[in-house]
Amino acid sequence: MDPSQLTLVQTQSMLRARQISARELAIAFLDRIDRINPDINAFITVDREGALRAAQQADERLHQGNATPMTGIPIGVKDLFCTENLRTTCGSKMLSRFIPPYESTVTRKLKEAGAVILGKTNMDEFAMGSSNETSWFGPVKNPWDPQRIPGGSSGGSAAALAAGLALATIGTDTGGSIRQPAALTGITGLKPTYGRVSRYGMIAFASSLDQAGPMARSAEDAAVVLQCIAGHDAQDSTSIRADVPDYAKTLYPRMDAIRIGIPTEYRPDNLLPEIQQALEKAEQIFRDLGAVLVPVSLPHTRYAIPTYYIIAPAEASSNLARYDGIRFGYRCQDPVDLKDLYTRTRTEGFGDEVKRRIMLGTYVLSSGYYDAYYRKAQKVRRLIANDFHEAFKSVDLLLTPTTPTTAFPLGDKIDDPVAMYLSDLFTINVNLAGLPGISIPCGTDAQGLPIGMQLIAPILKEENLLSAAHAFQTATTWHQRKPEL
Amino acid sequence: MAHDPLYETVIGLEVHAQMRTQSKIFCGCSTTFGAEANTQICPVCAALPGVLPVLNTELVQMAIKTGLAIQGKIRERSEFSRKNYFYPDLPAGYQISQFELPIIEQGELHVVTDDGNKKKIGITRIHMEVDAGKSLHEGIQGFSWIDLNRTGTPLLEIVSEPDLRSSQEAGAYLKKLRSILRYLQVCDGNMEEGSFRCDANVSVRKQGQTRLGTRTELKNLNSIRNVMRAIDYEAERQIDTLESGGVVVQETRLWDATLNTTRPMRGKEEAHDYRYFPEPDLPPLVIHQDRIDAMAQQLPELPDAKAQRFSSELGLSEYDAGVLTASREMAIYFEETVHLGAHPKTAANWITVELLGRLNREGLDIDQSRVSPNHMGRLINLIQNNEISGKIAKQVFDVMFETGDDPETIVQKRGLKQVSDTGAIEAVVDKILADNPLQVQQYREGKTKVIGFLVGQIMKATQGKANPAAVNAILQDRLSG
Repeated sequence: MDPSQLTLVQTQSMLRARQISARELAIAFLDRIDRINPDINAFITVDREGALRAAQQADERLHQGNATPMTGIPIGVKDLFCTENLRTTCGSKMLSRFIPPYESTVTRKLKEAGAVILGKTNMDEFAMGSSNETSWFGPVKNPWDPQRIPGGSSGGSAAALAAGLALATIGTDTGGSIRQPAALTGITGLKPTYGRVSRYGMIAFASSLDQAGPMARSAEDAAVVLQCIAGHDAQDSTSIRADVPDYAKTLYPRMDAIRIGIPTEYRPDNLLPEIQQALEKAEQIFRDLGAVLVPVSLPHTRYAIPTYYIIAPAEASSNLARYDGIRFGYRCQDPVDLKDLYTRTRTEGFGDEVKRRIMLGTYVLSSGYYDAYYRKAQKVRRLIANDFHEAFKSVDLLLTPTTPTTAFPLGDKIDDPVAMYLSDLFTINVNLAGLPGISIPCGTDAQGLPIGMQLIAPILKEENLLSAAHAFQTATTWHQRKPEL
Repeated sequence: MAHDPLYETVIGLEVHAQMRTQSKIFCGCSTTFGAEANTQICPVCAALPGVLPVLNTELVQMAIKTGLAIQGKIRERSEFSRKNYFYPDLPAGYQISQFELPIIEQGELHVVTDDGNKKKIGITRIHMEVDAGKSLHEGIQGFSWIDLNRTGTPLLEIVSEPDLRSSQEAGAYLKKLRSILRYLQVCDGNMEEGSFRCDANVSVRKQGQTRLGTRTELKNLNSIRNVMRAIDYEAERQIDTLESGGVVVQETRLWDATLNTTRPMRGKEEAHDYRYFPEPDLPPLVIHQDRIDAMAQQLPELPDAKAQRFSSELGLSEYDAGVLTASREMAIYFEETVHLGAHPKTAANWITVELLGRLNREGLDIDQSRVSPNHMGRLINLIQNNEISGKIAKQVFDVMFETGDDPETIVQKRGLKQVSDTGAIEAVVDKILADNPLQVQQYREGKTKVIGFLVGQIMKATQGKANPAAVNAILQDRLSG
């Protein structure tokens, strides 16, 4: 059996039909990880023992007939979800030996559903980065071309899927960290509505933007994973009290009378021509499926990057204050006094990009600058959200490119932070507005690298995103393409 | 303390009151004081990566109650903010507090000033915030110990306007505020254990000047007495500084209760930029009017209203009403005593004079009294029913205070029951009159004052047990015969 050829939904029926056991499946994936992971570095920690134990329990459940749709499904989890007794590093030297004493809500739900967690996937340090090059554990390589980045910050989760090392993975998205790597590795990645999935136990980058979501090989597979992890959590005061629909049941292969808005601001002149062409083809496919396409305007789009790079670092500068060497995590050697302990612990424990954002955030919150930066950014954030609100009065969904380029070479932008930040141009506003967005494959560039497109829906309309993505994937095969490994 | 009369002292107080919630402000850990270090903590207390705060709704109830009690404005929408600074006993590196939008604004408190007048003290704001842990710098040289048990204890910070003009007013304000919090049962008010803490902002200015002088903030004030002493010292210091041509520096100063001085604080209080911003992990707190209305219905009777009622309905003097409502426990004691049938004025007298006199002498609080309100009420009933005289009652009270026994048993055991049997009293009267012919003669010649001597002799002969009214009636009858 070649596990890389399976989808989650196919595997479900194989497990139920006892054509394969959860244990056999777990071993097949663990062996493939052993063989392929050294080349792409998608996993920071592989938990063979835990995975086999979970697989055995899954087999018992399958045998007893009380399995859930996730029972026995081998998955990878981004290494910022706290997993009890399993190292959780957040891609940082600071937490390189941190073993949480408690479980995040997302991983608890997955474990309770019987999912088999193969390990923890690589990521940009503290989820800060768009190329997965800021990880303390080394960059992740794009399975389509190991000379290129897989995107970030959920680069390990994306690359693991593209390389067939798991049937689904969990990522997090603060400014595009699920959708951008999904686009650059040719997979499906959904960022749910802010508050749809609990943040409890998810190591914070920017609290008002962070959101966990599924990464999978198809919209159909993503729906199964979202079903498992979504829902209100009393331990997260920002999680939304709303029922979770049955996503699998709302998937529909047609899009009759669905109105799709095409925001003019998301087609800049310098957009890669192949991406422009792929989007035009996708538009035609949607029309063929019955959708109505209309141009719309989101006038405050151009403020996205500056607004985001005030709010996100401000929150991060505060969220990361707890890494002080006192209670857990890295501590410098032989501090002479408290100030020395703080200074050297944080200087030695954090990487450059994290320090850059802590400094940015500290600056914009400083007295005398707060009104000019943070308060103003919050106002602009409201204007950006209003743009979407207005647009959704006349359309059901928005269609945009996910990224301005395809996967770029390793090292290309790591020394140019602004160029790196611009790779999240099309995804950031969705976080600022708290909306759900999905990226699905819709073509390739001249070198055969994947191109992704993004669909955006109103608050809590994940089922509309999944259904549209499913309709598109029913009519196309881009999502089935796999890299040669 | 008498300062230079040319100067006026201006004081504003910041009180941190620990709320008596069952659990901490953002997690389920216990708030019990005095547990072994780091035994009442969880991932939230230790600010482990990934944890999130969940607001304790009991705290919100307590804050609303407090706001209502000081006639404050309760904001329909308030928000939490992060106050960022590094310190080892602040695990997250920020304190969750309220900054721009506190839950309560514009309240007031009424105190009695030095000259006996009533004065309204403004309360600028009350906000909710989280207490930090404790750093212990003892034991191994070069190391400090961190105890996070207190981390997450809910606090109300209560900030007064700079309306106070003397240490006495400041003391009266603190006692009144503490009393209200205790009436509401939201705070222990124990300054030694730190459940009620106070910082004082003090400045001085020339009489008649409207602009405020430069203030200093006084910390380490662990009793109301120390608050008052520190204010007095600091006002004097500032006046001396100004009089000798110097300027007051705006700074934080620590009170040293041993040396009776204040001195500038160093280290932790270096100029901080707290970088306040709204706490993104907690949505804004919205409180609807109907919730406030429901809370107002449940509010207990507070000291001012109670004192008013004691005066107007029970006929107590303003002074007695004030004494008997100064603490919740005192008021409960008085009301239980009266509930048993004791006449309010009699009860007030017995409690304020006899009971408080004894308690004060022994340094006890009313809730430590061995005489229960039930026993006190029964003692007063014995007087009202003419079973013992007021004089005997004092003897009975002394025994009650020592032993905690009930008054009936004491009267019974010691044979103190009043004699009202006319025949028995007549016999004694006749004997005394026969023994004192001179005084009888004097009385009949118009020196009626000697009747006091005769009554005294009769009471002495009956060991005070004769019913005084009966004695008087019989004596009058015999002497006029």
